[in-house]
This record gives sequence, C-alpha cells and structure tokens, in this order.
Amino acid sequence: MSEHNQHSLDHHDEEGPHSTFSGYMLGFIASVILTAIPFWLVMADVLSSRNATVVVILGFALVQILVHMIYFLHMNFHSEGGWNMLSLIFTIVLLFITLAGSLWVMYHMNANMMPGMMGST
Amino acid sequence: MSHSTALPAAPDSFDFLVREEHHVANGTLLGFWLYLMSDCLIFAALFATYSVLSQSYAGGPTGAELFDLPLVALNTSFLLFSSITYGFAMLQMQQGKLKGTMIWLAITGIFGAAFLGLELFEFYHLIHEGATPQRSAYWSAFFTLVGTHGLHVTFGIIWLITLLVQLRKHGLTVPNRRRLFCLSMFWHFLDVVWIGVFTIVYLMGSMS
Repeated sequence: MSEHNQHSLDHHDEEGPHSTFSGYMLGFIASVILTAIPFWLVMADVLSSRNATVVVILGFALVQILVHMIYFLHMNFHSEGGWNMLSLIFTIVLLFITLAGSLWVMYHMNANMMPGMMGST
Repeated sequence: MSHSTALPAAPDSFDFLVREEHHVANGTLLGFWLYLMSDCLIFAALFATYSVLSQSYAGGPTGAELFDLPLVALNTSFLLFSSITYGFAMLQMQQGKLKGTMIWLAITGIFGAAFLGLELFEFYHLIHEGATPQRSAYWSAFFTLVGTHGLHVTFGIIWLITLLVQLRKHGLTVPNRRRLFCLSMFWHFLDVVWIGVFTIVYLMGSMS
C-alpha cells in the first residue's frame, strides 16, 4: 500500500490497523456464542440461584467485551505507541471507581435513610 | 525510536536539531480513540445511575414485567450483524474496492436502522404500558441510558450516510479511509456499550 496522495494533508493516516477476514469471523462467532448463552440462561431460567446467574452473565459480558476489543477494535499493547492501551486502562480505572463507588455509597445512603431509622430519632 | 539515525549525515555535521519531530502516527485515530474513552465515561455515569436506581420503581411497573427478551435478543443480533458487516466493509476498503466498501457500509446502515426501529417500537410499547420516563426513577434511568445509546446509533447512521455520499464523490481517498476507520471504531464501540446494556439492563432487569 504505497499509494501517495500529494493532496493529502496527513500521510500518517494512511495506515490504520490491519484487519483480516478470519479475525472478524472469529470475533463474530465468539460474540454470537457469548451472547446466546447469557440470553439462554436467563430466558430458560437455567440456574436456580439468581446471584449465580448474575455472576455468570456478567462474566460472559466481560469476556465478550474483551473479544470485541481485540477482534473488532484491534486493541493491543503497541498500537499508537501504547497510548491506546494507556488511555483504555485509565478509562477502566475511572469506570470502576464510578460504578463501584456509586453503588457502594448509595447502598449505604439508602440503608441510613430507611424510614424506620428516621422515625426512631 | 526517538533518535533520527536513518538520515545519512556527513560525519562532521552533527545534527542535534531533530528536524522531523517524532510524533505518534495516526494522530486522528488516537484522538478519536480518546473521544471514545470520554464517551465511555458518560456511559459509566449512566450505568452507575441505572444500577443505583435499579429497584426504585415507585410502585410502578418493573422491568421484569415489561421487558420482551426475544425482542431484545433480535435487536442484539441486528447490532452484532452490523458489526461484522462493517468489518467486511473495512476488508473491502483494504483491498481498494470502492463498490464493495459502499455495499457493505449500506448493509451496516440498514442493520443499524433496523436496530433503531425496533428500539423505538419497544419504547413506544413501554410508554403505552405506562412505563414513561416520568413514572419512576427506574424508568428515568432506563430511558436515559438506553436512549443515549440509541442516540449514538442515530448519529452513527447519519455519519454513515454522509460517508457514503463522500465515498461516491471522492472515492477511497486518504481522508475518506481515515473517516472510515473512525466510524469503524465508533460503530464497534457502540456494540461494546450494547453488551453492557443488554446484560445489565435487560437480562439482570428481567430477573428481579
């Protein structure tokens, strides 16, 4: 791919991530399986325990997100000199703080604002 | 990578000035990736809000009563198919085939539109059943989260149509390839967000 475009302002942008047919198909088939199993688990009510189902489907979601990141978004440790991965890790840290922090704080706030507790003061 | 030794310089002319500054290639793609990461934080806030309010029905209808999981599964498959067809468009682009790129891009757009149509139908159905955004904190959080994702898909489709017009006018030029890469990231990112939506909102919501 040595196509030189004299009018282009930015020669560096010619090369994006290289993708292959087998990579996309692998990601797609994995995604279909990783989507079908959680839907089946919930719709057919396979596991008796609700908590177990939640943990399992969240696990499937995490694996599927990883599959999409690798096969569709072409994430790796060396694209863009590592800046892609660094910004992703930073975002994941913030995501974790936002989600876990909100749930943790609000759970306790709810517990402390129960009508019963307010009545007892 | 930071030293410029590739230039055949004469031995007596030591060049301490780095003429061509080393910068990250594909600056646009990195910048767009950073935008997606900031978008990710918007969704993180919306997911957190939804999770906190996941039981706040205010005596109104619950998600478990109203969600139609087969419909959501169909919608999920639409989005998944649109991801792989966008992948095929990128493969056609790599081979320099303009027509193939445009055809697969159009198919991607159709899948995206089908997804949106089904989502709007679902919203209409929910509102008809009394689950409006005003009904309870739960439904406010639901419509904000799922609606924001749907809005992203809407803008993705507008972008896709714009790109189709540009491709037809200018062909697979370097700027157009760059735009295709950016939309590719955007589109696949939306599919990643949807994994969180169908797992946390629909599947977990249907169990409680």
